[in-house]
Amino acid sequence: MVWRRVFRTLRDGPAAEPAAKLGEAAVRALAEQLDAAAQTRLGRSLSIRHVNSGSCNGCELEIHALHSIVYDLERFGLRFVASPRHADVLLVTGPLTRNLREALLHTWTATPDPKWVVAMGDCATDGGVFKGSYAIEAGAGGIAAAVPVDLKIPGCPPTPAQLLNGLRALLEANAR
Amino acid sequence: MSTATAIIRAGAAIPCRPWTRHVLARADWTAMTQALAGQPALALVALWADPSEAHALFLDEADGAVLVASTAIVEGGYPALSPHRPGAAWYERMIRDLWGHAALGGTDDRAWLDHGRWPHSHPLAARPGPMGPAPEPPEFLPVEGEDLHQIPLGPIYAGITEPGHFRLTCQGETVVRLEVRLGYAHKGTLALMRGKTPRTAARFAARLSGDSTVAHAIAFARATEAALGVDAPPRAATLRAVMAEIERIANHLGDVGAICNAAGFAFAPARFGWHREAMRRAAAAAFGHRLMMDAVVPGGVVADLAPGGPDAIAAALATLERELPELVRVYDNHASLIDRMVGTGILAADLAQRFAAGGYVGRASGRAFDARRLPGYPPYGSLEVAVPVLQGGDVDARLRIRLAEIAESIRLLRVLLDTLPAGTLTVSLPMGSGEGIGCAEGFRGDIWHWLRLDNGQIANAFLRDPSWAQWPLLEAAVEGSIVADVPLCEKSFNCSCSGVDL
Repeated sequence: MVWRRVFRTLRDGPAAEPAAKLGEAAVRALAEQLDAAAQTRLGRSLSIRHVNSGSCNGCELEIHALHSIVYDLERFGLRFVASPRHADVLLVTGPLTRNLREALLHTWTATPDPKWVVAMGDCATDGGVFKGSYAIEAGAGGIAAAVPVDLKIPGCPPTPAQLLNGLRALLEANAR
Repeated sequence: MSTATAIIRAGAAIPCRPWTRHVLARADWTAMTQALAGQPALALVALWADPSEAHALFLDEADGAVLVASTAIVEGGYPALSPHRPGAAWYERMIRDLWGHAALGGTDDRAWLDHGRWPHSHPLAARPGPMGPAPEPPEFLPVEGEDLHQIPLGPIYAGITEPGHFRLTCQGETVVRLEVRLGYAHKGTLALMRGKTPRTAARFAARLSGDSTVAHAIAFARATEAALGVDAPPRAATLRAVMAEIERIANHLGDVGAICNAAGFAFAPARFGWHREAMRRAAAAAFGHRLMMDAVVPGGVVADLAPGGPDAIAAALATLERELPELVRVYDNHASLIDRMVGTGILAADLAQRFAAGGYVGRASGRAFDARRLPGYPPYGSLEVAVPVLQGGDVDARLRIRLAEIAESIRLLRVLLDTLPAGTLTVSLPMGSGEGIGCAEGFRGDIWHWLRLDNGQIANAFLRDPSWAQWPLLEAAVEGSIVADVPLCEKSFNCSCSGVDL
């Protein structure tokens, strides 16, 4: 059975799909945001730490999808890590509930500089449908109420393809 | 002494569709809570409140009857159910934090959702209180014994998960107690829904737990339709079921992969993840959204199947059906994998019964309840849904229930698509008042929504996710396991944080 599977894999090739083209404008805008130190130190790979700031778990489903063999993240130099201390990027989902503000700040502080924060989904971007709730951090809306945001990927939830494009744009901008 | 059922039925009837709500005087409610001890077949499904009353939803496992009981809040409290229904304890803590009503004689009065960080306490009460003191450090149940140590996990985990805190107390490698502390994902959903039209409020119901967005949207839509006395058109009901079964298959595929991954078997998440992605893409092709969020609305569905939709779904099902037997064989033939699954995290059948656990958690421990069969709702009536039941109660049983349900959902989807009735997609909702209850079977289990409409706006609502029954059972199932098996147990339960954090 194993041999049959090996044969099929050799015949059909990997399940990963070819990468889509990136938007030049988005990459240029991001490159302008980055400071020189980050560019020389991070190189062409990014370690990503996911942080849930109170999402409905829809965004997590799409991060899991992005993690599947269909998208094969690691070929782009992108990988998920288990500790904020190993991370270059915090990928934050959720509208930032008041009950999670302290946890997000701890995670952000534990991430070494230079670091980027990506707000994933409408909630993290501006509070989404939960904007104005007593249980959500007020102020700038979304996670920007607690941490500086470098890249916003809106959507409810964003598709894995949108997420991948955003992260690759970050990578490209970083390499310039 | 009369039975709890008789006491509830004797209470003053308040119109609520499809199940009448009975308001009990304080003395009758107290008698009812005591009678529960002698009527174990009356399962507590949900317990919630509004500013002036506490409400309990029961299911009689003997005859499938649904009973709704209420009692007025007197001097800030109501007699607790938790002494006779242990599953009530979490609800009572939630009611205290959100409405400020005390459960008199309850087994646990520690804070739950309120971590002392909201601008005011009791946010759903008629008059919210001042900001509560921060419950830091949180109080955990006492554990006694020699050489115990604690492992705190979360709310930020080393993985892509939801935020909850696991407090493991261990003796060497053995877990003596797991206590879960939630509330981190509390978004104030119930408060946001108040004063909104059902159409607007449905967006919150669809985001209570994103993985069950279709099932929650169906329960909410059915509650609204019941309150207003209308029925969704047959075509809409069938399309809802198509979406619900796609959601069930996709989530089960993800879960099976995640459980095997927790045992370090990377092949399973790769293949099951591939099929899940195919299901999500079929959903996008058919309904315009990968998770089908906001596709189900009160009154019907927002859009018809896209032209290429049925073919996309059929193609995804065919590919899945072709490879599934081989994937099951791979699972069966890996002794080192099976060794981690069988006998791990056993949930005793009587516990599953006592907490009225639904979904794969209940079915793997002998409780066959499925809301599609009983109380049942269109279009499932004529479909004769097969519900797999196992007795093992371990991680392996919960995984095999999912595999069996995937096969059954494939069958259901084909029948549903073949027999799709013609007709309209929505029925217009009158601007009315009333109370309604809706239920739906999500991939985790039975979902129940209650709401009260006042001139076309939500006056009060409660959304009950199946995880309410399953979190406490996870705590029980982990007891006595080794630390390395905790992720296996956790993935095999896959409880939702957001769903119970509200």
